[in-house]
Amino acid sequence: MIILGIESTAHTFGCGIVTSSGKILANVKSEYVPPSGGIHPREASQHHSLKASSTIKKALEEAKINLNEVDAIAISLGPGLGPCLRTGATIARALALLLDKPLIPVNHCIAHIEIGRLITGEEDPLVVYVSGGNTIVSAFSDGRYRIFGETLDIALGNCLDVFARHLGLQHPGVPKLEAMAEKGRNFIPLPYIVKGQDVSYSGLLTTAIRKIGQFDQFDLSMSLLEVAYGMLAEVAERALAHTEKSSLLLTGGVARSPRLQRILKLVCEEHSAKFYVVSPELAGDNGAMIAWTGYLAFKENVTIPIESSYIKSKWRLDEVEIPWRK
Amino acid sequence: MLIKKGAEAELYRGRWMEREVIIKRRIAKPYRNPDLDRYIRTTRTSLEAKSLANARTLGVPTPIVYDVNLDEAEIIMSYIPGPPLKNVLPNLNDRKLKELFIEVGRLVGILHKGGIVHGDLTTSNMLLQDDRIFFIDFGLSEYTCDIEARGVDIHLMRRALESSHYLYSELAYESFILGYKEIMKEEAIDILKRVEEIRKRGRYVGRHS
Repeated sequence: MIILGIESTAHTFGCGIVTSSGKILANVKSEYVPPSGGIHPREASQHHSLKASSTIKKALEEAKINLNEVDAIAISLGPGLGPCLRTGATIARALALLLDKPLIPVNHCIAHIEIGRLITGEEDPLVVYVSGGNTIVSAFSDGRYRIFGETLDIALGNCLDVFARHLGLQHPGVPKLEAMAEKGRNFIPLPYIVKGQDVSYSGLLTTAIRKIGQFDQFDLSMSLLEVAYGMLAEVAERALAHTEKSSLLLTGGVARSPRLQRILKLVCEEHSAKFYVVSPELAGDNGAMIAWTGYLAFKENVTIPIESSYIKSKWRLDEVEIPWRK
Repeated sequence: MLIKKGAEAELYRGRWMEREVIIKRRIAKPYRNPDLDRYIRTTRTSLEAKSLANARTLGVPTPIVYDVNLDEAEIIMSYIPGPPLKNVLPNLNDRKLKELFIEVGRLVGILHKGGIVHGDLTTSNMLLQDDRIFFIDFGLSEYTCDIEARGVDIHLMRRALESSHYLYSELAYESFILGYKEIMKEEAIDILKRVEEIRKRGRYVGRHS
């Protein structure tokens, strides 16, 4: 069986094609990079509609299949930016109608988890999912992924991206910020905000931005990363101790950070847990993860009629039933 | 004797001046910047010792603090032999569950009324001993009467119930609110309104939930 997945929740339009055995035949993406500032939802959605057909065509070429060989279409219906989600959903609905194949609704956050499980082969890890839009610590329990920690306001990637822009660093900001942090020597105290199992990054970001100009940029970058990652490590460690899972999986766009990987690896060592990280090409948003999660859902008969395939821009991952896991 | 290695601290059982005690030591984290690590461990230890004592004077059962050693990030306190609420809950009937959470709500109300926000309300941080509920782990507490801080405190309690006790989290939370309102009276209205706002502010909570 062959599933085609469409991803368009934020800046990336992606098309992935996977088989029921978990083989990724194609994973093509086109990323919207704003000329300046952050992502404007409307402009990103215009990018998606412009790039959709060439991206899908390229994916079919890479997979060496014809469109009519596809058995079902998986679509990332949320969470994400409304205009971007609508563009992807329109395209997915059109494909499903054209081919007369089922449409499978996929939660974007669940897809980041499932692709990590597929790639690492780890059955039941504690998941740390960090990206530009999400910061979630989650583990599977009794039919759903439960949330054991999350951000109370902005996401980790968002915090770091905005700070990097204020320093004048071009997109993608996080790797450049990490390179600057390597040269930091003196730790500058910044608000370290852990509330119960949750973190809060907005006050940290505001304070760090205010300190630009007053302190050395290298010191400031190092301190921001240490505090931001330290907070995440603390809640991850709490969740690890609480859930007693024997492994941890790092996934999402920020999973590419070498510093964050090192930190979480140390957390795992303290609790004799195994550390896994998703591969770099599957860390950021992509269509393959949607296709694969679509397959998992489809084999449990999860499909959605076109007329009720609404986008859900605030779709929490703990609202989704996971029938493919026991 | 080490009895528990938590995420943040190690707990030892021992004797101190002829008393059964718990020694709570916040251990250094190799993954944290050393300056940041020291700062976090000392401030939380000192805050926890202060809040354990203050909560007790308000009438909320807590272990008695015998000694504090900031260099070691260590607190020596009385040993409470009861189990955490987390372990007791699965075996309770609805009536008993309701009773317990009304009491938890009252105790949180007393803390808030007294100007203390616990900062980490979970069922692992409450011990049940002879029908009294002891609150522990005040390392993230705050001294404030802010609606926002109180609201976050309750939001965290609710989230903890939802992630660890999803089968009966609604009944537990409803009962908690009953007890909380009993103490906070009309002040509770604005705080509970804020709790709903905080929940929606969190990323990706649908309008319906």
